[in-house]
Amino acid sequence: MSATDTLEPDVPVEAIAKKDLTEALLYLDGVTVTFDGFRALNSLSFTVDPGEMRAVIGPNGAGKTTMMDVITGKTRPDKGDVFFAGGTTDLTKLDETQIATLGIGRKFQKPTVFEMHTVIDNLRLALKGQRGALANIFRRETAAEREKIDEIFETIKLSGHRDRLGGALSHGQKQWLEIGMLLAQDPKLLLVDEPVAGMTDAETAQTAELLREINANGHSVVVVEHDMTFVRDLGVRVMCLHEGSVLAEGTLDQVSANERVIEVYLGR
Amino acid sequence: MSNALTPQPVLLGKSGLVFLAVVLGAAVLVPALNLLTSPDSALHVPTYVVSLLGKYLTYALLALSVDLIWGYVGILSLGHGAFFALGGYAMGMYLMRQIGPRGVYGDPVLPDFMVFLNWKELPWFWHGFDMFPFAALMVLLAPGILALVFGWFAFRSRVTGVYLSIITQAMTFALLLAFFRNDMGFGGNNGLTDFKDILGFNIQADGTRLVLFVLSALALALGYVLCRFLVRSHFGKVLIAIRDAETRVRFTGYRAENYKVVAFVVSAMLAGIAGALYVPQVGIINPGEFSPANSIEIIVWVAVGGRGTLVGAALGAVLVNYAKTYFTSGLLAPYWLFMLGGLFVAVTLFLPKGIVGTFYDWRRARAPAPEDLAPDDLAPPDKLPEPKPAE
Repeated sequence: MSATDTLEPDVPVEAIAKKDLTEALLYLDGVTVTFDGFRALNSLSFTVDPGEMRAVIGPNGAGKTTMMDVITGKTRPDKGDVFFAGGTTDLTKLDETQIATLGIGRKFQKPTVFEMHTVIDNLRLALKGQRGALANIFRRETAAEREKIDEIFETIKLSGHRDRLGGALSHGQKQWLEIGMLLAQDPKLLLVDEPVAGMTDAETAQTAELLREINANGHSVVVVEHDMTFVRDLGVRVMCLHEGSVLAEGTLDQVSANERVIEVYLGR
Repeated sequence: MSNALTPQPVLLGKSGLVFLAVVLGAAVLVPALNLLTSPDSALHVPTYVVSLLGKYLTYALLALSVDLIWGYVGILSLGHGAFFALGGYAMGMYLMRQIGPRGVYGDPVLPDFMVFLNWKELPWFWHGFDMFPFAALMVLLAPGILALVFGWFAFRSRVTGVYLSIITQAMTFALLLAFFRNDMGFGGNNGLTDFKDILGFNIQADGTRLVLFVLSALALALGYVLCRFLVRSHFGKVLIAIRDAETRVRFTGYRAENYKVVAFVVSAMLAGIAGALYVPQVGIINPGEFSPANSIEIIVWVAVGGRGTLVGAALGAVLVNYAKTYFTSGLLAPYWLFMLGGLFVAVTLFLPKGIVGTFYDWRRARAPAPEDLAPDDLAPPDKLPEPKPAE
């Protein structure tokens, strides 16, 4: 337990990469994942620069969620490199908790907040800081932490719902709360899986605004989304996945004009 | 800004204060009614009732320990009787060593069952148990270390749900079989009994029984305050988060397994203390305490009282055991196990939050505040855990 009781663990020894390969915040090269003979990821390679926001589209089964699983340590790749923070850290050697502490936050497809905790407690739990079990028995909230939480409430616009239970929020509010929890973790990179699924048009537009704001504050963001209006609202570089590798990359107009992308989406 | 409006967390809620008042009130009132009233008075509490109530209080502490992990972390342990029994055995070993030369065989050192087995010297693990502080330490360490080792392997391997319940059951069953063996050196089938003294006081004396009752009440009160403090701390919030969304907790950067191990060890130690207070009051500890059925019974107590409420667990333990005492001494005795099983089914179907959980819902519904405001006492989701396949 003692090893994890430190506030901000340095990169674990086993994950220190040999040399600086890249300037990129996130670097995937030749990543392959196979489930019972099915290639979920097929030699997937791409990079995300510091401060960049990237949208990922692709039909069902293209490997979008598996990609997130690999980056966050839920799934180990069969082959390939996954490096973080300018190639200094080998993510394939770490588990979910270590990767989360390094500064990669993940929002799940289905909104997952702590339903039996109040909204404010959800944020308190996510707030960057002490993660050790024994140390947290006697933990007290500091003024700086309170301020940070107020700041996040401003950003996610849930100030009026502080003391409601997470489970009592509407679907859209839960999505925002979960994004707020990611912000509280203060990650360098946010992975956001289908943030606007099930949202109204107004909520969708607000969510695009929220993500742009988060990105403007220096967080890199990777958004997986099906909703093209939303992707257009984001106005960022788009990457289309198909059968576990990158099919096309560029602006939304470039990608949606790509013949192979049209073929994949409309069927051949 | 609006922080001033956020209610500060209180250590003890309204129900907690009522609970402590009842337990501590009983600690004063019961001995008073025993000592100060004449045996003919209607208010008189005979000593055998004092011991019976003391036994209920140790069960209440045991139920509290189970509620800490089941109600707040979602760990359904079907082997918690093992930790209770280990604490009981540690106390039993101390009590055996206090018998000294007064045993049937008159051996100054060896307990009777060892003389009977023709053993010539005390096994190494019986050394030290003649000293009370050592035995008291073992009451905590024996269950604590077992829980640490078991929890470390189980939680690190991410064993959850029914699979975890099954291996906890296997653990207590394995210990049952082991303690049945004479070679183990714990008195085999008969266990440890015929105790004479505790800390120099006659264990049968009325005064000793009153003191044991008061100590049981104090242990229950302190155990409650400890559990309540834990579940309301940041640590406890993480525990509840693990219960409701373990994956989220991992992706938030917490080592869920470490939190589970700490809670499991604390819970096992509380169960050990309960066992240690139980043994001198009932006068015997035998391998039957390890029986899987005992551990399942604890789950019924907690479910009846209300999982995830602490107070409910203690209440459920006392109520169900009172019913057990009542029904197993009359015409209905042969049907007690059917009644217990029926009670569990009925509670699961009609009162899924238990007595106290249902009361909290009722109180919240009457309160003027919107019903989705956080309750003073966090109740768990309104269903017992579904068996979840391991990930």
